[in-house]
Amino acid sequence: MSNGPAPKAVASNALVRYAPLLFLALAWEAASRLHLVSSLALPPLTDVAQAWVELVQSGELVTNGLSSLYRGGAGLALAIVVGGALGIFMASSRPANAMLGPLVELFYPMPKSALIPVTVLWLGFGDGSKILLIFLGCMLPVTIGAYNGARGSDRHLIWSARSMGAHRLRMIWDVVVPSALPEFLNGVRTALALSFILLVSSELIVSRQGFGYLIGYLGANGSYEAMFAVVLTVAFAGFLADRGFQSVVMVLLRWRE
Amino acid sequence: MSDAAQIIVEDVCHHYRPSVGREVLALENVSLEVREREFLALLGPSGCGKSTLLYLIGGFLPIETGKVLVDDKPVAGPGPDRGIVFQNFALFPWKTVRKNVLYGLERQPLRREEREKRAQAFIDLVGLTGFEESYPSQLSGGMKQRAAIARTLAFDPRMLLMDEPFGALDAQTRSLMQSELLAIWEKTRKTVIFVTHDVHEAVFLAERVAVMSARPGRIKTIVDTRFDKADPEVHRTKIFVDKVDEVWNLVREEAIKALEKRPS
Repeated sequence: MSNGPAPKAVASNALVRYAPLLFLALAWEAASRLHLVSSLALPPLTDVAQAWVELVQSGELVTNGLSSLYRGGAGLALAIVVGGALGIFMASSRPANAMLGPLVELFYPMPKSALIPVTVLWLGFGDGSKILLIFLGCMLPVTIGAYNGARGSDRHLIWSARSMGAHRLRMIWDVVVPSALPEFLNGVRTALALSFILLVSSELIVSRQGFGYLIGYLGANGSYEAMFAVVLTVAFAGFLADRGFQSVVMVLLRWRE
Repeated sequence: MSDAAQIIVEDVCHHYRPSVGREVLALENVSLEVREREFLALLGPSGCGKSTLLYLIGGFLPIETGKVLVDDKPVAGPGPDRGIVFQNFALFPWKTVRKNVLYGLERQPLRREEREKRAQAFIDLVGLTGFEESYPSQLSGGMKQRAAIARTLAFDPRMLLMDEPFGALDAQTRSLMQSELLAIWEKTRKTVIFVTHDVHEAVFLAERVAVMSARPGRIKTIVDTRFDKADPEVHRTKIFVDKVDEVWNLVREEAIKALEKRPS
């Protein structure tokens, strides 16, 4: 379809797709308003929305959000760059693989939240410990994705590049890296989801800023409407990040059938 | 033919080492000379090591025993003097046809416009005009192989190493591509080593056909297949049919041997 579907069709598709969300929202509002559940446990959605507007107006949501965005973004960016390079390096060099392979295997299944106290011990309560945690926690899925992708490089493509005068490093950049791209991006998607988990849990436990801190603080003070507002904001941010990432992937992998 | 030997293979042995199982002797004491500007076909049953021999000449595999000389120098790795075309096309799937063809030109001391012009000329030569911005995944098998041939011709290697380049194509496309390759070869007169297991293809394209034995691969005989191939009905001429018969009889023995050796 060269023209794409009609705008009307797109709108109705979206409506059908997100209808369950609408039902959930209505059920939430009704359950709370009709006192089917305690409004303390589940404040009405409209109250949550109002609390959200207040949080935005007071600037709390924005300040804490920016702080979380900075930590998550920096940690994830480091994980993608270092993890990707490490995976390619391991796939291209036998000694590197022999040295690093067992370490990657050992640390991959470890629950990274166990590192929260460790990173605090090293870097304190500020941004540094969060960035380090997200970097360490998100790196290995990226490394493994890049490694597996690079290992699957077609030797005929490698030979073609070499016979056209590409030296070893050039060949790695021109052939191995793009060959690794699909699996690398899969790893990044996993890392993206992990970064949200690590970010919020570390902020919840040890922080004076960020979404996680705000959720914990509001909950402890009994501002449950506001607490739900932040929880929903984080959920929505995660959804948006994944969607945004998917569209980047579509562009990067447009060459695939 | 007065041209001197450009590629010399002398007493080459090669072992194939699968990641599981025991190693196999793929090539045994292979010697071969290919003259400059000659079209030589390497013909043999599957698994006879003909591709391995090509990869050794290409510098893609390490030489274990024996010597491989190209222009009197031992082969130490791949180089742009030897262009390669594979059966699976080996186009960069993330590059458009134009970018694929430009790849080999990017490492040559040419101005940008000159490179673009050259790439376009070879895309036109193989009949892919209009598909410059297509990705390989959007092309048919025949078009992919044309693109791969354009890419290899564009950086002007003096030797063409072709590894069953038409093996993945349907019969009509294959026959068309054979005629086009012959036309291109007559125009450019590069040295060509063409690996195939198709007797007709070998006799039609090559000036000499080197018939290889079943594993371990050796050069069994070399058959001279030079005759006038300009006739569009050449496939029906007596000389063509006789040559095919002659080569076919040589190959048949080896194919039977290869079948008997196959683990059942």
